[in-house]
Amino acid sequence: MIDRQPHDHSATGVAAADVEEPSAVSLQPPGPPRLLGWARENLFGSVPNTVMTLLALALLWEVVPPFLSWALVHAQWGGDGAACRQAEGACWALVGERHRLMLFGVYPYDQHWRPLLATAILVTLLATSAVRAFWRPWLLWAWLAGFAVIALLMWGGVLGMPYVETDMWGGLPLTLALAVLGIALAFPLSIVLALGRRSELPVIRAFSVAYIELVRGIPLVSVLFMASVMFPLFLPEGVTIDKLLRALVGMVLFTAAYLAEAVRGGLQAVPRGQEEAADALGLSYWRKMRLIVLPQALRLVIPPIVNQFISCFKDTSLVTIVGLYDLLAATKAALADPEWRPFFVEGYVAAALVYWSFCFFMSRYSQWLEHQLATGQKR
Amino acid sequence: MTLFKTLAVAAVLTSAASLPAHAGATFDAVKAKGFVQCGVNLGLYGFSAPDDKGNWAGLDVDACRAVAAAMFGDAGKVKFTPLSAQQRLPALQSGEIDMLARNTTWTLSRDTANGLNFAVTTYYDGQGFMVPRKLGVKSAKELDGATICVLPGTTSEQNLTDWFRANKMSYKPVVIEKNEELTSAFFSGRCDSFSSDTSQLAAVRANEAANPDDYLILPELISREPLTPVVRHGDDQWLDLVRWSIYAMIAAEEKGITSKNVDQMLTSPDPEVKRILGATPGNGQSLGVDEKWAYNIVKQVGNYGESFERNVGMGSKLKVERGLNALYSHGGLMYPPPFK
Repeated sequence: MIDRQPHDHSATGVAAADVEEPSAVSLQPPGPPRLLGWARENLFGSVPNTVMTLLALALLWEVVPPFLSWALVHAQWGGDGAACRQAEGACWALVGERHRLMLFGVYPYDQHWRPLLATAILVTLLATSAVRAFWRPWLLWAWLAGFAVIALLMWGGVLGMPYVETDMWGGLPLTLALAVLGIALAFPLSIVLALGRRSELPVIRAFSVAYIELVRGIPLVSVLFMASVMFPLFLPEGVTIDKLLRALVGMVLFTAAYLAEAVRGGLQAVPRGQEEAADALGLSYWRKMRLIVLPQALRLVIPPIVNQFISCFKDTSLVTIVGLYDLLAATKAALADPEWRPFFVEGYVAAALVYWSFCFFMSRYSQWLEHQLATGQKR
Repeated sequence: MTLFKTLAVAAVLTSAASLPAHAGATFDAVKAKGFVQCGVNLGLYGFSAPDDKGNWAGLDVDACRAVAAAMFGDAGKVKFTPLSAQQRLPALQSGEIDMLARNTTWTLSRDTANGLNFAVTTYYDGQGFMVPRKLGVKSAKELDGATICVLPGTTSEQNLTDWFRANKMSYKPVVIEKNEELTSAFFSGRCDSFSSDTSQLAAVRANEAANPDDYLILPELISREPLTPVVRHGDDQWLDLVRWSIYAMIAAEEKGITSKNVDQMLTSPDPEVKRILGATPGNGQSLGVDEKWAYNIVKQVGNYGESFERNVGMGSKLKVERGLNALYSHGGLMYPPPFK
């Protein structure tokens, strides 16, 4: 077990903290003195420590009060652009007035409840999947059913909902759909590619290597550019493939190449003996991979995989170059109005908060997942 | 950006060489599918941008709607494809869109080498200068030695260099990448002047200046930017329809036909008004559309003046003066050929 060391280390670290705290409480009286003692030891323990602490405090004093004054105290929470220009602080009225454009792009205005509901379903599914008690076969069916409902809501065309084509999808639902579908489709593809790269069959290996190296050698913008601009030139006139689909395929192909290398790292870290033992049991190649190798390999590479997921989520903002209104592009469109153009900082801060909350969720989830799956290594 | 350009040029060359040239193909295809696919800007207020409710609005958007009204009698039969600057020409060449109305400057190389046809200029723009009134400058010729705020890497910067060199003057550029920072640099007094397309200068003055009357846009234009809708080579009937749909808006303004009075105008004794609105038939048949084509445009989209005021003029937040975009009879360049 190669990575036993770091896990053991962190486990004992946690245990040690658990043990130390009660003893510290018993030695010192509760309340402020304990905090003072801690501060004296950690913040003012030595001359360099004291200097660093004072510098940090000075920096906070410089940054935090003006920021709070801008963001909260003097902020303008309502009204129009003229009112905002008079205000000294942030103009959150922009978000209040234009949030529907920022969140849903050019989706028909009176139908906004549909993308809203679709987003809610998607977020619920994501949250449900983060609870281990729900890791049952029905969860997979729930996801499939959820996707069907989301597709129904977004496209419409039945049950009295007017048909809305993908050209008009935008904002947060588009960003989430691209990210979730992109990740969900790229992940299996990346496993196939990683296994292919380690295959003993030369044709498969050569294909996998060529694919991964080719795709990793070009930036995502040019993949999207090829998919949206060059690709239609080779189609017969009048034949067009949905723009959203083209962007999605481009993102999947791109993300898969990067993920494949992360997965391959995991495969290489699984000791050779595991495979040999599986061979000795007479397992077929696929059963060996599914039951013995991949579970160990994937657990080892959760951090790089989640890393790739997060970057895939943020990469969705690049689809604006193919003319799709993701969250960031919709925010920019909301800022195109000259009345609100001076308040671009507020618009971008709002968009950044949305991106951050999803990325933070993914990152916390991966830490929790790592902890959950490491049970076999804690002894 | 260089990669984009290389790819775009490659795309342009491959398509220009392989385009089919049978007449009527686009016209018939548009008629068969029942809507006009129109390429527009991702978000340029006044020309094409989604409004609060996500509906497309702008001068370019109105050009698309006018063509739909002429073709189908319904200005709503348009689908908009928002396009980036790199994407716009290849999207037209590949047939992804039927027409492009995306604040595109008509130039010789685009008209010829790219295999495109420009219809009718809908907005005459040009690069100019804005100065604070208290500077006391009345002409761009007095700007020798001035510091000028300009966006880097655009034609604006190149035009500025050329113009100052041609006039044997010098200037100190203040180049700032972000548009918003550039304007705040100007208003905080870091530059004597701000140079950009005059439509942009007007928008910035109307919305970002503490007091718009403190700033003056100088009369000189140092570049010509005729913003014009575009179609592909190879279908003259389609080009005719796009061209005359826009002329119909301009002619309607000249004849005083507006979206409000168009029904009364149907009984006007003026023979040209009769021909425009189809009361005297013939024009529709020549274009291959309904005789009511121009009536539908004016009724549903409005005449050119209405569209201008609503999107970029005094009825909008841009507050741009008509200037070059006034009718020829008012000293502008808008001049519709006769509807005979």
